[in-house]
Amino acid sequence: MSGPILSDEKTTSTSKRITIDPITRLEGHGKIEIFLDDSGNVANAYWQVPELRGFEAFCIGRSVEDLNKITSRLCGVCPGAHHLCSTKALDGVFNATPPPTAIKLRELFYAAHYVHSHIAHFYALAAADFVLGPCAPAATRNILGVVGAVGVPVGAEVIKHRSYAQKVQEVIGGKATHPVCGLPGGMARVITEDERKKFEAMSKSCVEFAKFTQEIFANVVLKNKDYLDIILNKDIYYQETYNLGTVDKNDKINFYDGTQKMIDPDGNEVARYKGKEYTKYIVEHVLPWSYEKFCYFKPVGWKGLVAGKDSGIYRATPLSRLNVSKGFTTPLAQAEFEKFKGTFRDAGIKGPVHFTMAMHWARVIEMLYAAEWMLELSQDPEITDSNIRGKLDTPGEGVGILEAPRGTLTHHYKADENGITTFVNLVVGTTNNNAPINLDVKKSASALIKNWQVSNGLLNMVEMAYRAYDPCNSCATHTLPGQMPMRAIIRRSDGSVYKVLSNF
Amino acid sequence: MTKIKLAHYWGAGCGGCDVALLDIDEKILGVAEIADIVFWPIAVDGKVKDVEAMPDKSITCTLFNGAVRNSENEHMAKLLRQKSAIVVSFGSCACYGGIPGLGNMTNRKEILDLVYTKLPTSDNVERVFPQAETHTKDGDLELPVLYDTVMTLDQVIDVDYYMPGCPPTTNLINEFLGIVTAHVKEGAPLPPKGAMIASQKTLCDECKRKKSVKKIDRIYMPHEIAIDPDKCMLEQGIICLGSSTRAGCGAKCLEGNQPCRGCMGPTAEVLDQGGSMLSALASIYRVEDNEALLSEENIATLMAQVKDPMGTFYCYTLPKSIIKRKVKERKQVKKEV
Repeated sequence: MSGPILSDEKTTSTSKRITIDPITRLEGHGKIEIFLDDSGNVANAYWQVPELRGFEAFCIGRSVEDLNKITSRLCGVCPGAHHLCSTKALDGVFNATPPPTAIKLRELFYAAHYVHSHIAHFYALAAADFVLGPCAPAATRNILGVVGAVGVPVGAEVIKHRSYAQKVQEVIGGKATHPVCGLPGGMARVITEDERKKFEAMSKSCVEFAKFTQEIFANVVLKNKDYLDIILNKDIYYQETYNLGTVDKNDKINFYDGTQKMIDPDGNEVARYKGKEYTKYIVEHVLPWSYEKFCYFKPVGWKGLVAGKDSGIYRATPLSRLNVSKGFTTPLAQAEFEKFKGTFRDAGIKGPVHFTMAMHWARVIEMLYAAEWMLELSQDPEITDSNIRGKLDTPGEGVGILEAPRGTLTHHYKADENGITTFVNLVVGTTNNNAPINLDVKKSASALIKNWQVSNGLLNMVEMAYRAYDPCNSCATHTLPGQMPMRAIIRRSDGSVYKVLSNF
Repeated sequence: MTKIKLAHYWGAGCGGCDVALLDIDEKILGVAEIADIVFWPIAVDGKVKDVEAMPDKSITCTLFNGAVRNSENEHMAKLLRQKSAIVVSFGSCACYGGIPGLGNMTNRKEILDLVYTKLPTSDNVERVFPQAETHTKDGDLELPVLYDTVMTLDQVIDVDYYMPGCPPTTNLINEFLGIVTAHVKEGAPLPPKGAMIASQKTLCDECKRKKSVKKIDRIYMPHEIAIDPDKCMLEQGIICLGSSTRAGCGAKCLEGNQPCRGCMGPTAEVLDQGGSMLSALASIYRVEDNEALLSEENIATLMAQVKDPMGTFYCYTLPKSIIKRKVKERKQVKKEV
């Protein structure tokens, strides 16, 4: 195989506006608008999310128990995250404590979900940029191109292990995409010893595959000096922001449960919250050019689309989880975590890692952790126990928070005494990252496009800025206005308001 | 052999249909042997301008998933129709509206007020809302116009085939790819236009659970009882849409010990899935009194056990149902004294 392609032929842009539509190799809809100034340099760039659904509104009136089936449709790539987060919120709504086996089954399902999601992102969406090169021809820059480059046997391993992860979810959840297993206070189905044995065998294989993935990442990315120069260039892919993630009592990363921890750009802990407290810390700002809201850390506030300690913009990504925590509870992933930290320490970085492209590395380490966690749970003697349902109270209010593959996910519900939903709020993984993605897209575009010179490869490198986040605009666009909202303010000549016309 | 050209696009969906195509696993490599994937935003780097530059009908087959509910979805559906020889309505959202179709239960004012100003995480005292056009100092930014009503794909463009499911199963996808491959390689005929790539039976025919002719006394939500994994859901008092739903999914939710919620849509014989299910429920419900003499009040008490009829009977098919959408707020009717 020939080496990755790092540059391509530039042309002179004749327009002051460059549109990338749709942005590709991510989940959901999006486009990028880049505006050039009079010298052909980037004046501004926007990452726009052009569509919405309307879950918060149309979930009202539904049976609250159905919400974990309905809200899984926020996203078909991470339905497992929504299904379980929703199920945790339902535990709260019914004031229920699931038996230990029910929680372990959820965790086993979720570990498999992470293995699937991180394999899908790294190999199917992101790898082409590194294996083939950011400036490889667009027609080959995809998973089939990657398989062509690395060979069918490696491609088959990728496919096989994502398939294993899907299989484990399907057995526990009925379906891998849009599972039905979660019930308030428990799970719907016990697993048999035969199934457990199969899970164990598949998990062992997934651990080996995840180890192999660490090698691939090291060989393709970390040992390539050209890539390191790009990745460690603070002028292209780098944002100093706050970071959010979920940790257990020992400050280790926990995907399913724990407390939410926020650190400032220097690494100091600035908040720790649980459940309903989330509204004290997380707020969503609205800008008129995107349907996706912009989260920020409430105590610091919204200061516009700027990074730094004085701006409440934060990231909630695999890299954030590595930044806020002391690593993982499993040995192999912890060793990779130490290697990760050591590499950046050697490069002079003591606090949190703010290099956007390091998200890819964090994600492959998390893949290893998820596989190890899956193996651990598949070997747990309690996992086949038949006690999987807890007692329920009259419906009320509940908040579920977990770490989705793409960031901290919050579902908040209220129901009346008949179990009919009266309130839903959703703060999803990618909405956390909407603001920093915009910062990264603007910064990378400014660094890469100069003096009217633009190329397909350079524009792909702008796309790599958001791709590192593995954004999911399906998740993030869960609201659905009917028609375009319009408001006209008619003023008198002195500027005072005469009349406000509004269609909403 | 010249390769055929394949596209897979999403409207108002979740990406699950795109993952379903990945879930055919190693067979995706077989697809690559017969087809160039010219447009598939989740996985390959084709852009809208590339599609616009293609000659009409030059894409052999487009799989379109997701419902249609904004101007971009409609524009892309029409563009891909123009450029494609075959268009498949792929998945429940494209075929029936799916979960996003529940958006037809709401109205614009409720949603905007709720989502952008009333949620506990909203920061929007200035009441800023997304706009079709935003003027910035750098230039104008546009967003698609969102429609009031969520539509199915065939309410917007002519569709050749339908493949329901949330998402469509690997078996159905492989079946269709087999048909296309045989057509490309051996000239085998394609199915008649309008064909449903799914089973012609109802889900009950596919379900392994034991049925008797038991009547039920009351309705339970799945979380309210211990569910027997071998026994018919409906006979345990849990509303299961199997009898009104097309087979072809492999009864996976029932394998997961949960009822069918109807994502495969109605069978060919049934016009309205929800209406059909209401009828099925009425026939299994034990009515002690003489049915013909039941008072309005008794009927209302019986029916009140179904707490959310729209979400129960039309969870996936509202935009394609006879009802289609909520048109106005239910007025509070004063009880006559």
